Amino acid sequence: MSKTTAEFRQGIIDILPILAAAGVIGLLWGTQAASKGLSPLEAGLMSATVFAGASQIIAIELWRDPAPWFFLTVTAFIVNVRHVLMGASLSRHMGEIPQGWRAPLLYVMADENWALSERRALTQPLTMAYYLGLGVPMVVTWTVSSVIGAIAGEWFKDPAAYGFDFAFSALFIGILAGFWKGPKTGAVLAVSAVVAAVAKLTIPGAWYVVLGGLAGVLVAVLLHAEEEEAEAEATS
Amino acid sequence: MTLQLSTLLAILGMAVATYATRIAGLFLMRYVTVKGRTKAAFDALPPAILMAVIAPTIIATGIAETLAAAITAAAAFFRLPMIVTILIGMVSVVLLRMLV
Repeated sequence: MSKTTAEFRQGIIDILPILAAAGVIGLLWGTQAASKGLSPLEAGLMSATVFAGASQIIAIELWRDPAPWFFLTVTAFIVNVRHVLMGASLSRHMGEIPQGWRAPLLYVMADENWALSERRALTQPLTMAYYLGLGVPMVVTWTVSSVIGAIAGEWFKDPAAYGFDFAFSALFIGILAGFWKGPKTGAVLAVSAVVAAVAKLTIPGAWYVVLGGLAGVLVAVLLHAEEEEAEAEATS
Repeated sequence: MTLQLSTLLAILGMAVATYATRIAGLFLMRYVTVKGRTKAAFDALPPAILMAVIAPTIIATGIAETLAAAITAAAAFFRLPMIVTILIGMVSVVLLRMLV
């Protein structure tokens, strides 16, 4: 097996547990889209081109006929603005990937495969094959399950009954463990969590991710500045 | 199989807006040199964002979710395989929702 094939396969293996959960959410989203009047073709087209769960769920909640397209476009941008930070971080690990491929590849960057890519980059270079092994099955699963959901309509019951709604949280906790570097990480995570939760409860929309993330980053910068001062004092 | 014009416009608008957010970071990074304090900031970005995404679920939804998150974190701390960690999280949240 060539190195490329091995990397692609490893990507698929790493994303497999997520595909099950994404498939269930996709089914549910498809049924909701159908109930708002979207055809299976329209549901599939949105999943394949937008490919961002949170913004699609919110769009369906806001959906009217005819579709308020400008409002939906602006809302999608706000909900997905976290991608700007995620892409900035991920681009640091794209050194192995040819320049011309980086922007097209970011088309398949979603929360889950982004997180697994960042995790991978902690221990080894991120290859295009591994990244695609994560991303391609995600797009395919998400799109296909959306279409099936839209065709099947209302038969699908509450995913919370089987804990599927918690699968993403569990994955992220599992990935977070790999980023642990001691008490400093704890401080970053604690502040990020509190700010995000408070923002979610007080500010409408999806700003909580960006606000929580930036608060965590601010803590890291402040702790880093303290460390630099301590080092400067030690050497003087 | 129908395709309405306003629906098509909405889908395309959402797709373009979302793709713009995905590539914006890549282009912004051309003007940023990552070292020292900036490096500390970027190193903290992935875990901070991951935590911000799940925080409302794990600390502001209910006791069942918070406890399930703690159990999942313990599983992750012991370096169990990812699929096992996720299953432990899902099973514990279902059981805890029945109990509390």
